[in-house]
Amino acid sequence: MEKQDTNIAGICSPAIGEAGKTGDWSDLKPVIDHTKCIPSSKNKAACFLCWLYCPDGVVSMSIPVRINLDYCKGCGICAEECPPNAIRMVRKVECDDE
Amino acid sequence: MQENIFRINETEYILPGNRSCQGCGLSLAYRFILKALRENTIVAIPPSCLCVLHGLYPVCSVIVPAINITFAGNAASASGIVAALKALNRPDITVLALTGDGGTYDMGIQSLSGAAERNTDFIFACYDNEAYMNTGTQRSGATPMGALTTTTPILTKQEKKKDLIKIMEAHDIPYLATVSPAYPADLYDKFVKAKRIKGTRYIHIDTPCPPGWGYPAKDTVRIGKLAVETGVFPLFEIEDGKFRFTGRSETLAKKGKRQPVVSYVERQSRFKKMSIEQLNRFQHHVDSRWDEFVRRAES
Repeated sequence: MEKQDTNIAGICSPAIGEAGKTGDWSDLKPVIDHTKCIPSSKNKAACFLCWLYCPDGVVSMSIPVRINLDYCKGCGICAEECPPNAIRMVRKVECDDE
Repeated sequence: MQENIFRINETEYILPGNRSCQGCGLSLAYRFILKALRENTIVAIPPSCLCVLHGLYPVCSVIVPAINITFAGNAASASGIVAALKALNRPDITVLALTGDGGTYDMGIQSLSGAAERNTDFIFACYDNEAYMNTGTQRSGATPMGALTTTTPILTKQEKKKDLIKIMEAHDIPYLATVSPAYPADLYDKFVKAKRIKGTRYIHIDTPCPPGWGYPAKDTVRIGKLAVETGVFPLFEIEDGKFRFTGRSETLAKKGKRQPVVSYVERQSRFKKMSIEQLNRFQHHVDSRWDEFVRRAES
C-alpha cells in the first residue's frame, strides 16, 4: 500500500539547481584574469566586489577567486563592477575552447 | 564599503540554480537580507517574483522556512505567524514579510496598515521594482510618471508614484528605512538593526529589474547607484521619528552634487517616450523631495 503523507500542506525541501543548470541560460561567460585580480595577485583577502555583487552567489570568496560556471547566469555584473577589469565576458563557444 | 565586506555573514541562504532572471536586483537584495537575518527567520511571500525565485513544489531554492500566501493578505498572514510564535514562546524567531510593490502599494496596503496600527512585531519589506514584473510589467501604484508598461503602452503613465513611505511614516512605527541592493553593506546594516527592534519595521528596497526597466543585465548595480546619485531614491532611516541620511546619500547631502535625473532616465528604455515636460516635472519632484529631506535631517 502506498504510504500516506499525514501533512496536509505541500512542503518543499531545499535543493541546489531547482531550475536545472542555470549556466545554460546565457551565451556569455565570465573569465578571470588572475594576474589582474586583486586577491589572486596579492594573495590576500581584499576587494571581493564580484562576490558582493553577484545576484546568484556563485562567486566564492576564496584565493584565487572562483566562479561556479554550472550555475552562473552570465549577467556580467561582476565584469562591470571589477575595479581592475580582471573579469572579461566571453562568448560561451569561445569559453569552452579555452 | 570595501573594508566592511568582511563583516558580512558568509553563509549563502539562496542556493544556486534558482529561477531569478539574469542580473536580478531582487535576488541580490534577498541574498543580503537573509545574510543579515540569519537562520531563525520565517518569510511570508505573496505571489510575486520572489515566489518564482523560491521555486516549484517539491523543491525550493532557499534554505529558510517560507510560506506562500495570498496577495492581499501578506501582512495579515505574517501577523498570524507572529501570534503563533508568541503562543509557542519563541521570541528568537524573526518574521519577515517580503512583498513586491503590487502587494504593498495596491493590494496589500489594507492588511499592512492594519498590522502597522497594531504594531505587530515583524519586518515588512517592500521590494519596489515599480510595476507588476512577475506577470509581465503591468502598471502599479509604484510606477513613476512617464514610464512605459504593458498596460500604459502608448501615452506612458500619467500619474505620479504613490508616496508609500509617507503613508507608513504616518503610522508612527518604530523603524523605517530605505535600502538599495547597489549598496549591500548599507542594506545589511539596516536589516541587522531592524532585527533587534521590536514592533513593526518597514523597509523599502529599490529593486532594479533588467527586463522590466529595459537595460542590459550587467547594469543592475549601476542603475541602482544612479538612483541614489540623482536623488530619485535617497537612502535614509527614520528611527522613532528621527530622520537620518545614511551611506552615499549622507555624503551627497553634506557635500557633493546630485546628478541630473536625466542621467538615470536615459539608460532605461521604459522612459523612452517620456516627454520633456514630464522629465522637468520629475526633476522638480525629486528636487523638492530632496530639499524636504535635507531640511528634516538638519533640524
